[in-house]
Amino acid sequence: MCMRVTDHCILGQDLNPKMIEITVDGQKIPAKEGEPILAALLAQDIIVNRYTVKRNEPRGLFCGIGQCTDCAMVVDGRANVRTCITPAAEGMIVETQYGYGGADDVK
Amino acid sequence: MLSKDLLVVGAGPAGLATAIQAAKNGVKDITVVDLNMKPGGQLFKQIHKFFGSHEHRAGIRGMDTGAAMLEEAQSLGVDIWLNSACVGFYDDKVACIEQGQPDGTKKIVFMKPKTIAICTGGQENVVRFTGWTTPGVMGAGAAQTMVNVNKVQPGKKIVMLGTGNVGLIVSYQLMQSGCDVVCLVEALPGINGYGVHASKISRAGVPIYTKHTIKEVKGNGPNGRVSEVTIVEIDPKFNHIPGTEKTFEADTVTLAAGLKPVSDLVKLQDIDLVFNGPFGGWVPVHNEKMQSTCKGIYVAGDTTGVEEANTALEEGNVAGVSIAEELGCITAAEADAKRKEIWERLDGLRMGPFGERRAAAKKEVMEQFPGVRA
Amino acid sequence: MSIKEVGYISKQELIDAKQDISDARYAKGAVAVVECVQQIPCNPCETACKFDAINVGDPITNLPKINEDNCTGCGACVAKCPGLAIFIVNKAYSDTEATVAFPYEYKPTPEVGEEWEAVNRKGEVQCKCVIEKVMNPKAYDRTPVVTVKIPKEFADEVRSVKRK
Repeated sequence: MCMRVTDHCILGQDLNPKMIEITVDGQKIPAKEGEPILAALLAQDIIVNRYTVKRNEPRGLFCGIGQCTDCAMVVDGRANVRTCITPAAEGMIVETQYGYGGADDVK
Repeated sequence: MLSKDLLVVGAGPAGLATAIQAAKNGVKDITVVDLNMKPGGQLFKQIHKFFGSHEHRAGIRGMDTGAAMLEEAQSLGVDIWLNSACVGFYDDKVACIEQGQPDGTKKIVFMKPKTIAICTGGQENVVRFTGWTTPGVMGAGAAQTMVNVNKVQPGKKIVMLGTGNVGLIVSYQLMQSGCDVVCLVEALPGINGYGVHASKISRAGVPIYTKHTIKEVKGNGPNGRVSEVTIVEIDPKFNHIPGTEKTFEADTVTLAAGLKPVSDLVKLQDIDLVFNGPFGGWVPVHNEKMQSTCKGIYVAGDTTGVEEANTALEEGNVAGVSIAEELGCITAAEADAKRKEIWERLDGLRMGPFGERRAAAKKEVMEQFPGVRA
Repeated sequence: MSIKEVGYISKQELIDAKQDISDARYAKGAVAVVECVQQIPCNPCETACKFDAINVGDPITNLPKINEDNCTGCGACVAKCPGLAIFIVNKAYSDTEATVAFPYEYKPTPEVGEEWEAVNRKGEVQCKCVIEKVMNPKAYDRTPVVTVKIPKEFADEVRSVKRK
């Protein structure tokens, strides 16, 4: 299900944005160059970014402006990256974060 | 150590207006720092036409006002550091700034500005109910950022909690992006925002449930996403009334329960704060020059009490004029005349049934000003 | 029931705000109907009107007042109103039909000749309507103004079309 807004009365049409590819949990997905990683995920209806440390509960977009950290994921091997304010770049490897996102933190 | 005439923290409407007004009145070396990737604060997600008068750029969309202010600041030589956070102050008002570098890393920079303006804005309140951490429950601001800035829908079927202007406007904007709004839910007996905004929601056939709140959100959707929302009627003491539950199918819940001032940086300085209900929390005490109780430090915008973009912008204008006065760029008489004009417009924005409370709150905060300490 | 309680305006509120239009003026053709009954600090409608037909004055929180004799029904105020609260109603369009113009900022934008469902202030479908005109010049700043043709008896009710 594509959730992108391609035609908008005020914002106009999104004509030929430059598309790139990122890998999310092993799956390749398209992203608009420079858009927040989270936006690319939402466009593919992917809404869980991480699972909590103690209760292993899913978390996703909450504040959208880099303040709450609910959208933290492991990006190119680095944990705790706030995907709502981190631009997507060609070839990025994005992984769902479990707990603190360390090597021992697996589902 | 860098020395500057003015450090502005926050590049929203208040911060940009402070910098622009100071520069226009002769202040030279100005740096604005903002922790976001883009300047403008929340202006760029305001795609609707603003209220106000001609002087407030009324009838112009917030995002266009943001673009115009940014251009003006840049043309006046204001230096804007993005992806940069003012993380603290040392003695003698030395600011510690985490400066964003082009490669995405950060560098610690120390700055000793002659004057500082703290314009750190507001922060959304959260409402807790059973299931509030379910993926798909989010701040109204987050949903607005997704549709208006990132051009992606946060969900398809949305329940909005709160009918202040944020709840009403974001509901409308979600529909403009093709989402469906299932209903709006309001704990108070009446709709909290402007009737004209509510009318747009009603014309779209979306029901508004006053005297209701969200009882529970179930996350039985894919990957634990929101699947249904149960609302319940509440009594005047906000207790749930059993048997009045209504359940809706939805995949998203957006929370618009007001904002509170961000006063973290203010608290690091010798600045008096006061709790103010209508303004959303603890705010720095200040005078009609937007001076805090600490010499050389000014405050403007939602940091001084949550209102809206126009008042933030005008308070920034006041702060900019006052800073130019303190730095000797203009005379006290010139500054007084300019401030008088801006205050007349500010008073205009705080009139009528929606503004009176804010006018009284502002008066209360300013009346407690004990004077400036060196 | 007031707009604050239910989210849409009642006829009585328009009368109380002195924003109702006389039958005599309606008989003469298109006229602006301002539905703005709360005192909010806003006046672009006043500055948009070249004919001095809408007055807010000082203070800026005054309710807008329409001078129905000065109003030409040109519609310049409709797209300017940040509250999307002004409509152009023409009850003299024909013996049986009226037109209503309203701002419409959703996609898809209606196109002339199409049939849509006309709704009232509460979003309830009142009747079918034909799109008579769609205006979106630069001056409207991306707020299209759509005019629909409807049976006359719905002229006081219809204020938009159902979103597709």
